[in-house]
Amino acid sequence: MLRRRLNRLCGGDEERVDSRTIYVGHRPCPDTEAFIPSKFCDNRIVSSKYTVWNFLPKNLFEQFRRIANFYFLIIFLVQVIVDTPTSPVTSGLPLFFVITVTAIKQGYEDWLRHKADKEVNKYPVTVLEDGRSVKKESEKIKVGDVVEVVEDETFPCDLILLQSSREDGTCFVTTASLDGESNHKTHYTVPDIEKDLQTLTSAIECEQPQPDLYKFVGRMHIYKLEQEPVVRSLGPENLLLKGATLKNTKKIYGVSVYTGMETKMALNYQGKSQKRSAVEKSINAFLLVYLSILISKAVVCTTLKYVWQSKEGQDEPWYNQKTQKEKDTNMYLKMFTDFLSFMVLFNFIIPVSMYVTVEMQKFLGSFFITWDKDFFDPEIQEGALVNTSDLNEELGQVEYVFTDKTGTLTQNNMEFIECCIDGFQYRYRDTQSEVDGFTVTDGPVNKLQQKAGWEKEELFLRALCLCHTVQVKEAGSEVLVDQVDGIDGLLSQPEEERGFIASSPDEIALVKGAMKYGFTFLGLESKSMKIKNRQNDIEEYKLLHVLNFDPVRRRMSVIVQTKSGETLLFCKGADSSIFPRVRPEEVDRIRMHVERNATEGYRTLCVAYKQLSAEEYAMADTGLREARLALQDREEKLMAMYNQVEMGMSLIGATAVEDRLQEEAAETMEALQGAGMKVWVLTGDKMETAKSTCYACRLFQRGTELLELTVRTLEDEKLNRDQKLHELLQEYHNKAVKDAPPVKAGVTRSWSTANQDYGFIIDGATLSLLMNPPHDADASQYKSLFLQICQNCTAVLCCRMAPLQKAQIVKMVKNSQGSPITLSIGDGANDVSMILEAHVGIGIKGKEGRQAVRNSDYAIPKLKHLKKLLLAHGHLYYVRIAHLVQYFFYKNLCFILPQFLYQFFCGYSQQPLYDAAYLTMYNICFTSMPILAYSLLEQHISIEILLHNAALYREIANNAMLRWRPFLYWTVLGIFQGLMFFFGVRFLFSNPALQDNGQVFGNWSYGTIVFTVLVFTVTLKLALDTRHWTWINHFVIWGSLAFYVFFSFFWGGIIWPFLKQQRLYFVFANVLSSVSAWLVIIILILLSLLPEILLVVLRKPRGHHSQQLSEDSSTDTNRWLRSLLSPTRI
Amino acid sequence: MMASSYSAKEEDGHHSGSAGLGGTAIRTRKPDNTAFKQQRLPAWQPILTAGTVLPAFFIIGLIFIPIGIGLFVTSNNIKEFEIDYTGTDMSSPCFNCSQSFSWNSTTPCRCVLFFSLDQPFESNVFMYYGLSNFYQNHRRYVKSRDDSQLNGDERSLKEPSKECEPYRTNENKPIAPCGAIANSMFNDTLDLFYIDPNGTQTQIPFIKKGIAWWTDKHVKFRNPSSSNPNLTAVFIDTAKPVNWRKPVYELDTDPENNGFINEDFIVWMRTAALPTFRKLYRIIQKKNNMTPTLPRGNYSLEVTYNYPVRSFEGRKRMILSTISWMGGKNPFLGIAYITVGSICFFLGVVLLFIHHKYGNRNNSSDIPN
Repeated sequence: MLRRRLNRLCGGDEERVDSRTIYVGHRPCPDTEAFIPSKFCDNRIVSSKYTVWNFLPKNLFEQFRRIANFYFLIIFLVQVIVDTPTSPVTSGLPLFFVITVTAIKQGYEDWLRHKADKEVNKYPVTVLEDGRSVKKESEKIKVGDVVEVVEDETFPCDLILLQSSREDGTCFVTTASLDGESNHKTHYTVPDIEKDLQTLTSAIECEQPQPDLYKFVGRMHIYKLEQEPVVRSLGPENLLLKGATLKNTKKIYGVSVYTGMETKMALNYQGKSQKRSAVEKSINAFLLVYLSILISKAVVCTTLKYVWQSKEGQDEPWYNQKTQKEKDTNMYLKMFTDFLSFMVLFNFIIPVSMYVTVEMQKFLGSFFITWDKDFFDPEIQEGALVNTSDLNEELGQVEYVFTDKTGTLTQNNMEFIECCIDGFQYRYRDTQSEVDGFTVTDGPVNKLQQKAGWEKEELFLRALCLCHTVQVKEAGSEVLVDQVDGIDGLLSQPEEERGFIASSPDEIALVKGAMKYGFTFLGLESKSMKIKNRQNDIEEYKLLHVLNFDPVRRRMSVIVQTKSGETLLFCKGADSSIFPRVRPEEVDRIRMHVERNATEGYRTLCVAYKQLSAEEYAMADTGLREARLALQDREEKLMAMYNQVEMGMSLIGATAVEDRLQEEAAETMEALQGAGMKVWVLTGDKMETAKSTCYACRLFQRGTELLELTVRTLEDEKLNRDQKLHELLQEYHNKAVKDAPPVKAGVTRSWSTANQDYGFIIDGATLSLLMNPPHDADASQYKSLFLQICQNCTAVLCCRMAPLQKAQIVKMVKNSQGSPITLSIGDGANDVSMILEAHVGIGIKGKEGRQAVRNSDYAIPKLKHLKKLLLAHGHLYYVRIAHLVQYFFYKNLCFILPQFLYQFFCGYSQQPLYDAAYLTMYNICFTSMPILAYSLLEQHISIEILLHNAALYREIANNAMLRWRPFLYWTVLGIFQGLMFFFGVRFLFSNPALQDNGQVFGNWSYGTIVFTVLVFTVTLKLALDTRHWTWINHFVIWGSLAFYVFFSFFWGGIIWPFLKQQRLYFVFANVLSSVSAWLVIIILILLSLLPEILLVVLRKPRGHHSQQLSEDSSTDTNRWLRSLLSPTRI
Repeated sequence: MMASSYSAKEEDGHHSGSAGLGGTAIRTRKPDNTAFKQQRLPAWQPILTAGTVLPAFFIIGLIFIPIGIGLFVTSNNIKEFEIDYTGTDMSSPCFNCSQSFSWNSTTPCRCVLFFSLDQPFESNVFMYYGLSNFYQNHRRYVKSRDDSQLNGDERSLKEPSKECEPYRTNENKPIAPCGAIANSMFNDTLDLFYIDPNGTQTQIPFIKKGIAWWTDKHVKFRNPSSSNPNLTAVFIDTAKPVNWRKPVYELDTDPENNGFINEDFIVWMRTAALPTFRKLYRIIQKKNNMTPTLPRGNYSLEVTYNYPVRSFEGRKRMILSTISWMGGKNPFLGIAYITVGSICFFLGVVLLFIHHKYGNRNNSSDIPN
């Protein structure tokens, strides 16, 4: 969708070229043939759908594309053109109402989008033009403009960094709103650029816009006076993405390369297609059934009419002559109009009012979400937000939950929890019971309450202080404030704008942890690191080498030289990468702690050190330098060197850092899994981090066997990645799918099975390999293997995902077999694509901006609210709307069936059984309010029980109440009651002398009796189904019955001047004056409801079954529950 | 669509753009803690269990069976006599009349049917005529009337509704009353004679008022310009319906029963629900308490045969019936009530059995909360 728009917007010329050339500042370059200002799209963002001009036609077109609206339009037109038994007003008025209301609603929504677009497009930016800074609106930025961005501003388009206020030509950005990583990333200016951007003449050649956030290839030709042009290569480290925010840098200048809809951010968004709920699909399916019932009824009647008329004297008896016009009409045309007339007569079987009621139910029902005070978060002073009311019931049908990690599951707030030095566990306590607050809480068995040696402690803390790449921001006062997420630092101490900056929040947590224990890192100045130790002395270390972190090695090291000339190597990293490199006897003492910490959900790191002799260092030094300068295979050479250096270390200890989970994250996840949902964590974050979060959220349990499919597991000596992938997939498939005991359909969703639980981990790179394998043939096979494995895992973790990949995963699951209902929840801009892709998108009103909230269908302040939203609101909405839909079809079936049967007794003449007023009012007044009240207020199980017992959610899984079986039940019930109504009165009318004065009743009395029985029966049927009688239900149910009686008296009590025929004049009053009519009404109502009452009682054993299911989870509510569950209904 | 996602000032978090329902209301303050908004309205939560339904079944059974028996007995006590006088059989006295029917004949065809009543009709007797295979409920027929004309509207008298076609005008004069229903008004005359055992015939006196609904007679149907008692003058510019033998103002001599407010006419204008129907024709009032209204014995029915039904295979009947509080004879209601009552009772027994046998496990579920 977007792609199409893009092509349209940005002209066709470019498509043929694979690269674009940009002239910085629009200055022509000397050796290019001619300066052709190529056309690029402007920096305007368009998300609105309509303009003032095309609103009416486009909106009408879209609305009539809906099968129901189109159908009603046709019926209306037929009524206008053909002589039909009912007036066009009966269907025209409701249709007009529906169309108008929908148009107003959509127009309003689009107006809001226009407003939001405008806000973005008119945002002021500073552009450097002819040496002056010019303020411009954001939408006016053109490709090639030099843009100035100051600290804490977001980039208005994709820029190549030309100049930074920092001396080293770097700048820091945070891409939290793009990919969810809130750490600071360093970007570099292009080298060899003159200081004066005014005289800079250069051309940038770069690739055409593409959505991958981490890829960028380009070249920059810099022309200097009387010099050969210099060519510099550009990479992603030079590109500043739109949506990212400048941090810790006063200001930068950059030249825009991609603008507007071509920015990487825009390309990572997907079109917001109209989401339709499964219920609506069910409605459409039922609609088709009823449409075929309708058509077959009309066909049957038309056929029988002509069969009947062919008999002598039937068509035109002497008492009932046709008009001249009728006689002249062509026979086939007559047949056709007869068919249409029957269609119109029976068209009430598919009521317009159902759509009105469903829309109203959704619209009004969604208020209960915004009104819910449980969703109110005192911190941000906001409650839940409903952006679309179309999906309320979908909340009760979720099978897969895709959740973001950072900011959703976790608060993205790292905290140093404990460490373990030499086998002794230290946990920091705030109570100053000991001088330094550094207490031993646990140690190896039988060595309780002992401390490790003083030196070991100091060494460990020094290691923490030295082994990192943290930078100190503006040293000033003594108290340092962390700046990672830019939130709590600002909130707590707004004046002290200083803190640590690092590429990973854990590093800051560690440095801060060390600070708490007395070792403060003061900063790095010209290759020397300063730390303040516990005695408040300043120690200085010369930083010799940093062995960078990378995900394959999963560790990093520094080599420093102390004042005394000792050379030390400190290394920290994941346990699995450290343990093989240290002495085994040390490992055993620490492993226990590490493993326990990991299962508790902490991020653990091991710290080791090694003293390097002068010769060793000299060797390492030359080795590292050589490797760095290598032109070929630099990476491999470095890796080899790193591995060589980081050998034979000794383990000092381990740390545990907690990424604080959101409130009740674990409980929420547990409830979701208990409700039968599969939870997938999709994150852009590192695998280790994500894994530990999964443990903390209890998505992975201690016994969960992890199946890992990542870049690391794909590393294999013998096989290439593709083959290895195939091998692993097969292996996991065997494990998780084939070896798993065959499960019956009913038990699949059971979560208390004693089977081995599997967790699946995959990363972005592997996923793209999986989705686009080198051999096309494998693609579908891989996908299906992958999906099968995932379906048998309790939780799936996808890490290192690009935003678009998240959406890909969601899409894959969405389109998999059985098309399960998916829900995405996230808080950042990087989650928007998956929020849009999933059936239901939930935004969290978190710290990372509002994009997720705006693009979501529902927004809640905290993750914990998801539980109530799904288990209580979703469940209730689903039950309500499912009942609403079934009830509507049912009540119109038994409404129109007597009318159909009457045709057999009136010579197939399309004579309506009911008066026109009854035909029109039935759905609008007499029977609409009770079901609307029911569909807003019903709580067949109370909210507390729903929340308490997540398993109840499974009872409505898979659209249980709108499957064909319940539909069939309702249809049969409708047919039974329709037959009852008609034939009951038919037998009564075998002698129409029903009054005690011998007077007789006519056809309108017949219809009125049937209609009275009908109205009472369908209303009482609803009353039988209502489990939650508030005063509103009482008022509305008894009120509409009373209204019906009142209206009938009123309607029949006056000679209405505007009516051509006074058909119902005193009919109702006369009917009620007849005892027989009373008696037949009573018995028919009772007889029609009898099967329903009987079923309720007889279905008890099934209710009992579902009680047992819930027995294991709760005991105290069990009795209560049972009493509620026993009358399980369809 | 990508919606609104590019604001550079996203971070402040509190600005507009929440495109949604009630967005403005909740932004600033906590949602109201009212029972309605929190979905905590006090509610009655009825539970239909065997325990509550069982007594209901028994009660329904116990009430319905006596009612049913009462209805059945009442219906059986109603005396009803029916005689078909269509004259399709050669043997029928009306055979000649039915065969030689012509709209134009000036001399009415008469025929006499003899019958005997085995039992005396004690209370008031109601005389009906019945027609079969007559589609008074055909759509074309039902709508072919002009209610405002019948309500005495002068304009409609001159300019009848289009719905009346093709019975709207005759020889450029508006038809009054117009339409197919009025045109096909039943115009047989039925007279009843009691034949004494000694052979003398006495005509049974009929009452022809009170056969139509009171509201129809007094409100819905009105003669045009009711101030003018001379109906002939009122209907001067109108034509009689084509198939009528006499104009509407000659339906009866009694001015209170003439013109549009003629009760035979009003009864006919109430279209029947089914193709086989009966309509009230006359009432035979009970004279005194001593003698039955219609004593046991022989009777003769004298028919002035004006109404043709042979062309559409219709049937004509004369029905004599007494009336109870539930109307005419109809065993259906009694049978229905007895059946439903018995079903309920039977179900009650079955459910009690099931409940007793299997209910022990479910005892807890019957505890209401």
